[in-house]
Amino acid sequence: MITLRINRLPVSVEDGTTLLEAASFLGFPIPTLCHMDGLSSYGACRLCVVEIGEGPEAKLVSSCTYPAEEGLKVRTASSRVLRARKMILELLLASCPQSKTIQDLAAAHGVRQQRFKQEYEDCILCGLCVRMCQEQMMAKAIGFRNRGEKRSIGTPFDIKSDVCRLCGACMYVCPACQLRCTYNEPEKAICGGCENLTPSCIDKERFDDMMCYMDPCVACEIEKE
Amino acid sequence: MTQDIATRNKGDVHVKQEVDTEVILGILERHDKARGALIAVLEEIQAQYGCLPEEALRTVANEMGRPLVDVYGVATFYRSFSLQPRGKHLISVCLGTACHVRGAPRIAEEFERQLGIKAGETTPDEEFTLETVNCLGACALGPVVVIDGHYFSKIRSSKVGQLIDDALKGLDKIEIGEDKRIFPIDVSCPRCNHSLMDESLTIDDHPSIRVSVSFDHKHGWLRLSSLYGSSSIRAEQDIPIGMVVDFFCPHCHAELIGSWECPMCGAPMVPMIVRGGGMVQICSRRGCNSHMLDLI
Ligand code: SF4
Ligand code: SF4
Ligand code: FES
Ligand code: FES
Repeated sequence: MITLRINRLPVSVEDGTTLLEAASFLGFPIPTLCHMDGLSSYGACRLCVVEIGEGPEAKLVSSCTYPAEEGLKVRTASSRVLRARKMILELLLASCPQSKTIQDLAAAHGVRQQRFKQEYEDCILCGLCVRMCQEQMMAKAIGFRNRGEKRSIGTPFDIKSDVCRLCGACMYVCPACQLRCTYNEPEKAICGGCENLTPSCIDKERFDDMMCYMDPCVACEIEKE
Repeated sequence: MTQDIATRNKGDVHVKQEVDTEVILGILERHDKARGALIAVLEEIQAQYGCLPEEALRTVANEMGRPLVDVYGVATFYRSFSLQPRGKHLISVCLGTACHVRGAPRIAEEFERQLGIKAGETTPDEEFTLETVNCLGACALGPVVVIDGHYFSKIRSSKVGQLIDDALKGLDKIEIGEDKRIFPIDVSCPRCNHSLMDESLTIDDHPSIRVSVSFDHKHGWLRLSSLYGSSSIRAEQDIPIGMVVDFFCPHCHAELIGSWECPMCGAPMVPMIVRGGGMVQICSRRGCNSHMLDLI
């Protein structure tokens, strides 16, 4: 067992527990975006920052990947942490403003403006879909490709994957909500899950009173215009 | 078994690339199938074909028991791997900070416009591959462009057309000899595909092959005869007979090393790409004249 202090409260946890788990055990809320129970931690979004150490040694770490250490002093809501979190949310808004998940998080943290150049990315590279596909669906159909600013998520060679089992889990976990749904370009669709259920928007004319289960998605409307 | 596969290019240009499954299996055979062997395997395939064909990646994934996404991820992560066949001439435009402020983006755009391709692509006739790089270490001379291993400094957009013409004519042109039995080969680095031919120094009346070597804490250049079968060399440092030498590309400084061992003495073989297709391998031991030519 390891004993550490979170916001001055002592807590004893098993070896290998992350700070995020220890904090949630005590009931301290830490916002997360790229973390999901049942998937490995990845540390991509940095939203879960906490401050560890004291004085000039104090530093910010991502709590979902940082393992608990004996005697560690952790602050989950210091002013430095809150500032960093707001900045991260502002940057996320700058890259992917249409995401409901990000909008909600930003609102909950009192982010009222976005001062950076506005972009409309359809993916924030959080890696949730990749881990979902690999660790829970055992399909390994999608993954990261390229690097740097060309980094993207998708299937090898950008063609429909033959190991994808059309489960739709990647869409389900995606906080950006739009990438996986390529209904207006069906041949490029990775998942095509909807096709298996009922062709909702592929054949919009015949099903125009149907509701797609991807309700934030307006891909079919865009196609129509 | 030889399969025809169509390699997808951006812009829907389909380039046929022949992949011999036996060759890929042979390469896999020489490495263990541990996780760490993947990069070495891909390097060897790239050396063989000048790129990583889709079919080859599928074979590798199947044989190594790894998901295709992983193999594809690695293949697209590293700049030295290319999924598209490389052209005969490689044009690298520096977009590093210094070149950038001196107008390199306009130069890159001009190349893109004149060649009709985007950076990272190859022209449909397979003459040119255009790529951008981040700082070539000659910032004071920017904007810098490197074509087939030749550096050009302070480029202006108006010079671009001339550079393309010169490259087409051949910045390192070599003449093919009359005698068909002993023939000269034109080789390039398996890693960066820059030509290794050096016209400034001829051996056996043909441009020599220039590489860098190091052995025993000594470094220097080495010129080899480009006549297949000839073992004439010239070296900056005296290499004792029997010494096994490390070979490097003088352009990208990558070590020229494959996984073959010399069938005669067991030293590592040094792979080089033959222009026109194929690979030549020479023994890295001074005095051992073993070599293999594998034309496709
Ligand atoms: S739909 Fe396909 S890509 Fe998405 S999680 Fe399921 S198997 Fe993976
Ligand atoms: S597609 Fe969605 S889940 Fe996948 S990395 Fe991008 S934002 Fe995350
Ligand atoms: S939740 Fe910890 S870095 Fe994203
Ligand atoms: S920035 Fe171009 S050579 Fe350094």
